[in-house]
Amino acid sequence: MKKIRFNPIKSLVYIVVLSILTTACTAISPTSSPTISGTKELTVMVHDSFAASDEVIQDFEDEHQAKIVFLPSGDTGTALNKAILSKGNPLADVFYGVDNTFLSRALDEGIFDAYSSPVLTEIPEEFKLDSNNYALPVDYGDVCLNYDRAYFQEKGISPPMSLEDLSKPKYKSLLVVQNPATSSPGLAFLLTTIAQYGEDGYLDYWKKLKENDVLIVNDWETAYYTEFSGSSGKGPRPIVVSYDSSPAFEVIYAETPITEPSTAAIVTDGTCFRQTEFVGILKGGKNRELAEKWVDFMLTPKFQEDMPLQMFVFPVNPHAKLDEVFVKYLKLPEKTAYISPQAIAQNRERWLQTWTEAILR
Amino acid sequence: MRNIIHQDWFIVAALWTAPVVFLSIFYFYPLGSILITSFSRGEGSLVSPFYEMLSSPSIQNIFCFTVWQATLSTILTLIVGLPGAYLIARYNFRGKSLLLALTSIPFVLPTLVVASAFSALLGPRGWINLALMGLFDLSHPPIQFVNTFWAILVAHVFYNTTIILRSVGDFWSHLDPRQGQAGQVLGANRLQTLFHITLPLLMPAILASAMLVFIFDFTSFGVILVLGGPRYATLEVEIYYQTISLFNLPLAAALSVLQLVCTLGFMVFYTRLSAKVSRPFTLRPRRYTQSRLISWKSRTFAALYITFLIAFLVTPLIALAARSFTRLEPNRGQLTPVQTGFTLDYYKELTGNRRQSLFYAPPSTAIAVSLTYALITIILSLSLGFPASLALVRERGKGINRVFDPLIMLPLGTSAITLGLGFIIALSHPPLDLRKSVLLIPLAHTLVAFPFVVRSLTPALLSIKPRLRQAASVMGASPVQVLRHIDLPLTGRALLVAAAFAFTISLGEFGATALIYRPEYPTLPVMIYRYLSQPGGLNYGQALALSTILMVITGAGMLAIERFRIADIGEF
Repeated sequence: MKKIRFNPIKSLVYIVVLSILTTACTAISPTSSPTISGTKELTVMVHDSFAASDEVIQDFEDEHQAKIVFLPSGDTGTALNKAILSKGNPLADVFYGVDNTFLSRALDEGIFDAYSSPVLTEIPEEFKLDSNNYALPVDYGDVCLNYDRAYFQEKGISPPMSLEDLSKPKYKSLLVVQNPATSSPGLAFLLTTIAQYGEDGYLDYWKKLKENDVLIVNDWETAYYTEFSGSSGKGPRPIVVSYDSSPAFEVIYAETPITEPSTAAIVTDGTCFRQTEFVGILKGGKNRELAEKWVDFMLTPKFQEDMPLQMFVFPVNPHAKLDEVFVKYLKLPEKTAYISPQAIAQNRERWLQTWTEAILR
Repeated sequence: MRNIIHQDWFIVAALWTAPVVFLSIFYFYPLGSILITSFSRGEGSLVSPFYEMLSSPSIQNIFCFTVWQATLSTILTLIVGLPGAYLIARYNFRGKSLLLALTSIPFVLPTLVVASAFSALLGPRGWINLALMGLFDLSHPPIQFVNTFWAILVAHVFYNTTIILRSVGDFWSHLDPRQGQAGQVLGANRLQTLFHITLPLLMPAILASAMLVFIFDFTSFGVILVLGGPRYATLEVEIYYQTISLFNLPLAAALSVLQLVCTLGFMVFYTRLSAKVSRPFTLRPRRYTQSRLISWKSRTFAALYITFLIAFLVTPLIALAARSFTRLEPNRGQLTPVQTGFTLDYYKELTGNRRQSLFYAPPSTAIAVSLTYALITIILSLSLGFPASLALVRERGKGINRVFDPLIMLPLGTSAITLGLGFIIALSHPPLDLRKSVLLIPLAHTLVAFPFVVRSLTPALLSIKPRLRQAASVMGASPVQVLRHIDLPLTGRALLVAAAFAFTISLGEFGATALIYRPEYPTLPVMIYRYLSQPGGLNYGQALALSTILMVITGAGMLAIERFRIADIGEF
C-alpha cells in the first residue's frame, strides 16, 4: 500500500485559510453584484409565500434600469417583526406582505412612509384599510371552508352551507381547522366565528364544534395534506379551512390533467374571511424614488394579473383580468366576515388566550 | 515544573481564541442585542416580564411539560440507541456502514415530511391502521397517533437515535474488551461486567450524547407543533407564539432567558458529573475490539435489533420514497379517472419552471447550495471545535475551562427565533453587515454544529492518558508535534463522527435558514417547504420527490464521510 506523507497541521491551516477565503468570497459576491452605471438596486422585503413571474420583474427592471433584490424573511408575522426591529436601519426599501390581521402592528410601530400612489385612484375604497396611505392594498384572498366533493357525493349528503351547519350531528367528525395561535388561516377562521357570533357567542359556538369532534392542528400544511381527504395527502376528514382559490389550484397542479376539481370552496355569506395584503415604503430607505415606482408597479394590471397564478391571491385593481382557470373554477364570496384591523390588534391577545383556555386545554 | 504549568495555561488560552472570538461575534453579541432591545420595549421595570412569566400558570405548565417530555424522550432514545451502539462497536458485519448511513437520514428530514410519513403508516388511514381494521374487523382505526404525546416521543426517538449510535458506538469500539473478559475470568457474570466495567468506562460518551439529545428535545419546536398538535407546547413554541403572534417581546425575552438558564444549569450539572465519571484508559484500535457475528446468540441479537431498527427508522423513509414515485389520486370518487401506478412525473416537474417563476430553482441548484453550506459548516465547526476540545481536556475543570465548558453548549439551548432576530439587530453595521449575506446561513449552522463537534471530540481526547503527552514532551516533542502524533491520530474516528454531525445538521436545518436565505440560493429543505405550502397534487408530489433526493444525498454523504481517510485519520 502506498503511504501518502501528510502533515495534518499544515492541512488544517490550509483548510482554515481556504474556508475563510471561500466564505469571504461568497459573502461579497451577492451583495456587491456588479452595478452597471446607472443601474439602481431596490431591495424588497417579502414573506415566504411571495412569488412573481420572471418576465414581469424583468420588464420593470428594464424600464427603470433597476435591479430588484427580493428578501424572503419568513412567514408574515416573522417578516414584519424583522422589519420592525430593523426600523432605524432598514433592511430593505419596500416591505410587501403585511395583511389586515397584522396591519395595526405595522402602523403603530411607524415602519412606513406615507405614499399616495397615483394608481390608488383605480383601487376600490373597500380595500383601503389605511386611509393615510402608509400601507397600500395589493391583493386579497379569502379564507373559506373547502370540502371533498367525492365524499359528499358518495354519502349522498349535502355539504354544509353555514357555520351553524358545522355544529350539526350530520357533520360530526368531518371538520379539520388550524390553531389560530400558530396559523394565519386558523386566525382568519376564528375571526369569522367572532364576526358571526359576536364576542359573547363565539366560544359557545366553538364548544359545540368541539362536541361535534372538530380536529384542530397547528398549520395549514398538516390540515390540508395530512388530514383533508380532498387533497393528495389522503387524510380522513372531508372539510377543511383553506382558501377560495384552493380548488382552482387542485386543477392547475393536478397529477393527471383534470377538468373538474376534486374540492370545492363554500362561499356563502359570512363564512369566509378576507385577508388583504399591503405594501409600504420603509422609513429610512435609500431609494425613495425607485421605491415609489415599484409600489405603483405592484398596483398596475401588469403585476396584478401575474399574482393569482403565482401566489393564489387576487388583484385589488379591477382593471386586472383574471386567468381563464379562475374564471372557470373560482367562486368568490359576496359577503365576507369583517373585523377592523384596529379591533383585531386590540383584542388579538385576549381572543387567542380565552379561545385557547376554553377550547384547547 | 512551574514552567510547564505556565506553558499549559498559555496554550489553553491560545486554543480558545478562535472559538471565543467566533462565539462572541456571532452568538453573544446578537443574543445580547435582542435581549436588551426586547426588554427595553417593556413598559414596566426589567423585573415585570419575569414576574409575568413566573406567575402565569400556563407557562408553569409549559415549563414542566418541556422538562418532562425531554427527559422521557432522552431515556427512550438511550434505550433504543445503546444496544445498537453495542452492536456497531463490537461486531463487524456486512452492510454496517449502510445501516449507519440509513439511520442518520431521519435527522435531516423536515418535520412536515416526517409527519406525513408517520401518518402514512400510523394515521387514521395509514397502512397499519387499515391492516388492523381489516384483520380484526374494526369500524374505527385502533391506533391514535397524530396529536398525541406518544407521537412527540416517537418522533424525538426517530430523529435522535443516530446521535447515540454514532457517538457512543464510536467510543465503545475503542474500549478494550479484555477488561470485561478479565472481569469474567475473575468470576463476574455478564451483567456485573456490564454494570461494573463497561458502563462506567462508557459513561463520558453516554453522558455527552444524552446531553445533546436532551437539549435537542428540550428546545423542540417542529415536532411539537406538527406531531404533538395544539394541545402541547414547549418553551420554544411559547417563545415563537409570544414573539410572532402576540408581539410580546419582553415576555418572549424572559422566556428565552429561562430557557438559557436551564440549559446552563443542565450543562453545569453535566460538567460536574462527567468530571467524576471520566477516566483515561488505553484506546484500542477497532481491529482489536471487533469480532464477527459468530455465536448464535450474537446473531439472534443482531438480527432482532436490525429488524427493529429498520422497521422503526427506515420504513417511514421507504414509505416517503415510494410515494414520490406513485401516481395516486386518492379518494376522489368518480369525479376523475383514478390512476395508480409508477410515475416519474414529480421528478420531471422539478426540472421545469412551469410558472415561469422568478424564484424557481432546479433541484441541482438546491443540491449544490445545500452541499456548499454543509461543507463550509463542516470546515468551520471542525476548525473551531477541535481547538476548543483540546483546550477543554488540557486543564480539565480548571481556570477558564470552568467558565467556557458550559458556555459552548448555549447556542443549542437558544431559541432560534430569538437568535434570528438578534442577527437582524446586531449584524447591521459594516464591516459586520451580514443581514443580507448568504454567509449568515453556514454561520448559523456552525453555531448548532459546534457544540456537537466539541461533545464528540472531548470523550475521545479525554481518554488519552496525559502521560502519553507528557512522555512525548519529555522526549522533546513540541506541542504541535504532540498534537500531530498523539491527539490527532487517536481522535481520528471522533473527528469523522463530528464531521458527520456537522454535515447532517447543516443539510437538515430549516428554522434559521428560512429567516435568512436568499431566493437565488435555496437549500433543499427551503424548497420542500415551498412546495408543501401550496395546494395541488403535483406540489405535494414534488415536495416528496425533493425529500427523497435529500435522503439520498444524506445517505451518500454519510457513506462518503465513513470512507474518508487521510493518513491515519479515521483508520484508528
